[in-house]
Amino acid sequence: MSTVKIPPVLRSSTGGEKEVGAEGSSVGEVLRSLAQQHPETEHQLFSEDGELNRYVNVYLNDEDVRVLDGLETPVKEADTLVILPAMAGGAI
Amino acid sequence: MPTGSELIRQIREQIREVDPREVHDAIASSNGNGRAPLVVDVREQHEFEEAHLPGAIHVPRGHLESRIEGRAGDKSQPIVLYCQSGQRSALAAHTMQQLLGYEDVASMNGGITLWKDRGFEVETPRALTAEQKSRYSRHVLLPEIGVEGQLKLLDAKVLLLGAGGLGAPTALYLAAAGVGTLGMVDDDEVDLSNLQRQVIHTTDRIGVPKVDSAEQTINSLNPDVEVVKYHTRLDASNIMEIIEGYDVIVDGVDNFPTRYLLNDATVRLGIPVVSASILGFDGQLAVFAPHEGPCYRCLYPTPPPAELAPSCGANGVLGVLPGTMGRLQATEVIKLITGAGEPLIGRLLLYEALSATFTELKVRRDPDCPICSRDPGSISQEEMGKFPDYELFCAG
Repeated sequence: MSTVKIPPVLRSSTGGEKEVGAEGSSVGEVLRSLAQQHPETEHQLFSEDGELNRYVNVYLNDEDVRVLDGLETPVKEADTLVILPAMAGGAI
Repeated sequence: MPTGSELIRQIREQIREVDPREVHDAIASSNGNGRAPLVVDVREQHEFEEAHLPGAIHVPRGHLESRIEGRAGDKSQPIVLYCQSGQRSALAAHTMQQLLGYEDVASMNGGITLWKDRGFEVETPRALTAEQKSRYSRHVLLPEIGVEGQLKLLDAKVLLLGAGGLGAPTALYLAAAGVGTLGMVDDDEVDLSNLQRQVIHTTDRIGVPKVDSAEQTINSLNPDVEVVKYHTRLDASNIMEIIEGYDVIVDGVDNFPTRYLLNDATVRLGIPVVSASILGFDGQLAVFAPHEGPCYRCLYPTPPPAELAPSCGANGVLGVLPGTMGRLQATEVIKLITGAGEPLIGRLLLYEALSATFTELKVRRDPDCPICSRDPGSISQEEMGKFPDYELFCAG
């Protein structure tokens, strides 16, 4: 099982969980498995055509999956996926 | 046992000595193509400050063994040492050759005295005042900064976007570090709810414009720093005028349209941005150096919809967190100015306070980036700050 790190803005969709274990042999499968466990994450991660939303970055360990094979990128048991939407904030 | 002068004579026989003319010609003929020898002044601080060879670095002989490797890591590169008359540099060359394994070290015969007699130019650098030497002594002691780096800091112009959560700690530390000019853009006034984290402001300044309050604190901390205040909001109409001429920009702005606007304007002008953002217990940090590494748009081509992009005013933030992230920003600013270390370019650092973990992610340049893949001169005023769905986003 791989680990998916959940960013602060998505934690309300995972019941406050910061890390979720998810099965799958590719980035797409792991994220689908996350979406099955926590349905609210689905529309945040995926667009209507099933692609990753452009405003969400996903890293396999420390590399952006877009420079790998995107959702097809193979994932191993011990890998960590990091979901990273853009953040703003600080001056307030 | 030999006498001192006999010892020096023996040592000079064991090392290679070069005439100032050879050194001068080697520097002139290399014409900046990297084959020039590294010229090292091994005299004391006050001698170096008075005058030194153009481009020479300074490693006093008393600190040679502990500092030379930090300044000259490649032991096969050609190195020329000099002092006042050629004796101390001969001893230093002997040490580097025999004990430290440097392969191509020479001592300049006759030192800077003969160099000047030959009619060659010297640099007479600006020095720190007695008060500055004391104030910045802990910087000067660091070989990565030294007097040279401190002078760079004093000459530097840094612009802070926001004198709030991130801007407050960043400004305090940059002021303490002696950054000569600190610009601050903020249109807000100090509010009681700010004081849990915005440590540059005080309770008796509630209601005062943040730029004025910050200026007051900075002035009492370090009179070397000139504060340039912009009591306004950064927008498309004023951005170019405000940011032009600054060496580094510290970005802690709280909304996406301004972040994209800032990105596009800084790519156009070639100004590096040290960017941080915070939410709750989590922070992000990155340095965007135009054309050297990715830009903000390479990392985030489009902002998230409003429900996924809450501002931290509405969501709460641990008071210490902007302090942590702001100080990391200040550190990156100092590194960019002094050239010390490896700046956080092409990398994104995530900090999670509750688990006390740092995570580093790689950020690649997007070869098709709508902004930084282009000739900076072609970025027009009209398109700056725009992104897909901009109108919709801003209306929402």
